[in-house]
Amino acid sequence: MKEILKILENDCRTTPAQIAAMLGMTEEAVKAEIERLEKEEVLLGYKALVNWDKSDKEQVTAWIEVKVTPQRGFGFDRIAERIYQYDEVESLYLMSGTYDLAVTVTGKTMMDISMFVAQKLSTIEGVNSTATYFIMNKYKEKGHICRALPEQEERMMFV
Amino acid sequence: MNYQSVLSNAVQQINPSGIRKFFDIMAEMDDVISLGVGEPDFVTPWHIRDNGIYSLEKGFTKYTSNAGMKELRRELSLYMKRRFDLTYEPMKEILITVGGSEAIDLTIRALVNPGEEVIIPVPSFVCYGPIVTLCGGVPVFLETKAENEFRITAEELKAVITDKTKLLILPFPNNPTGAVMEKHHLEEIAEVIKDTNIMVLSDEIYSELTYGSTHCSPANIPELYPRTIVVNGFSKSYAMTGWRLGYACGPAPIMEQMTKIHQFAIMCAPTASQYAAIEAVRNGDADIDEMREDYNRRRRFVLEGLRDLGMETFEPKGAFYIFPSIKKWGLSSDEFCETLLSKQKVAVISGSAFGPGGEGFVRICYASSLANLQEALDRIRVFVESLPVKD
Repeated sequence: MKEILKILENDCRTTPAQIAAMLGMTEEAVKAEIERLEKEEVLLGYKALVNWDKSDKEQVTAWIEVKVTPQRGFGFDRIAERIYQYDEVESLYLMSGTYDLAVTVTGKTMMDISMFVAQKLSTIEGVNSTATYFIMNKYKEKGHICRALPEQEERMMFV
Repeated sequence: MNYQSVLSNAVQQINPSGIRKFFDIMAEMDDVISLGVGEPDFVTPWHIRDNGIYSLEKGFTKYTSNAGMKELRRELSLYMKRRFDLTYEPMKEILITVGGSEAIDLTIRALVNPGEEVIIPVPSFVCYGPIVTLCGGVPVFLETKAENEFRITAEELKAVITDKTKLLILPFPNNPTGAVMEKHHLEEIAEVIKDTNIMVLSDEIYSELTYGSTHCSPANIPELYPRTIVVNGFSKSYAMTGWRLGYACGPAPIMEQMTKIHQFAIMCAPTASQYAAIEAVRNGDADIDEMREDYNRRRRFVLEGLRDLGMETFEPKGAFYIFPSIKKWGLSSDEFCETLLSKQKVAVISGSAFGPGGEGFVRICYASSLANLQEALDRIRVFVESLPVKD
């Protein structure tokens, strides 16, 4: 199971037939295993890694640190749920340390994100304070360096 | 000036590699998928590169001792024990060289007198024969067979041993076949040579790349330990080909003589590479394991892919090569490779480049991306389906 996940995490376009060959399994067994992993929500999705900076679509991402007051009986979960329901929210983590929730938000402009923080995020009951940091450049995303690495020229042809 | 008359006889006896023409053709083509180069497709892990860079920043740019940095030899001694259960004294039995290649050269030069014979299993890496020839020695090729999984057998070995035999080369895990010799196979070899003076050069550059079994060195066999020089290096296990760093381990009196040649010919291995290597052996076990797993997935993928195209293919248990037979199409290995290149733009190496016994096979290096391998398999399918099958 771990092997299949590793292969898919690296390239989710790898077909069941290819995975089967790589692991010495049958295609059917791989398909069944993937189905199980999806059902158990180990495999959550198959998304492409997009470098929007290189596209003609303008967008900004911010990292927002949020301090909240946990609620009796619910802890952080209910506030988290109220935050992650917004489509603008890309990720949401509960953190150890000096703040509670880390939210990444993507919008068209800095103004969009400012509006989201001011009007939506900070007005949620239980949210005490926010600190917003705009991402200026992405160097690496999900283990992938965001630029083509140079190829070494003049390699030996035959070893 | 007649240069032929000034060149040494020995060097003129050596033929240049016959596949240069093949690569000249390839260099002129676009969109070629090359599965020809036998080197890792990984970049050296960053923590290893970083230690090399750090040594440069600190200004460690001088020669090291001839035999290599003490710290590196001590780390290697621990590594050999940890990974292969081999014991070598760091100051007397380990020599740091410029790649495994230099260690091979030193071993042969330190041992072989003119006229003495060196048994070289083939198909194998191309350097052994020419070095033996340069020493005035006589290469004796021992053809390994697909039906023996490209191992040498005790009988075959007995048949080529003469009173002039000085050295047996054991190139396992093997380039180009991917064959390995396991403990009981080596014990049979030990039985044949234990009462002779024949020495063993074990080229173990692929020792970290075995699939399904752990590498066993001839030096793990008690009768062979005192007569074996183990050659290894950083190129394949840590993806460090360009750093040019290897080593030899063996009995002190032999290492002492090899160090003498190394001292006069090379001085010492590159200092920055040695610093990088210290980090590699100290903290690189996990990198090796991860890369091996990755190669193993591709190995199984290509093996199944080739068998699916109807190519008779021995399952390689080591290195990162696969060596399918192309005999059923009736082309020579050279013709097969040249036509495959010109028609489908896939470069694989003719088995005949690896010595007698390689004819009828081609070497495919699967240290390439899965996308490349898939595309190559698709193109090879188109190619072989266009060939008439020989009856």
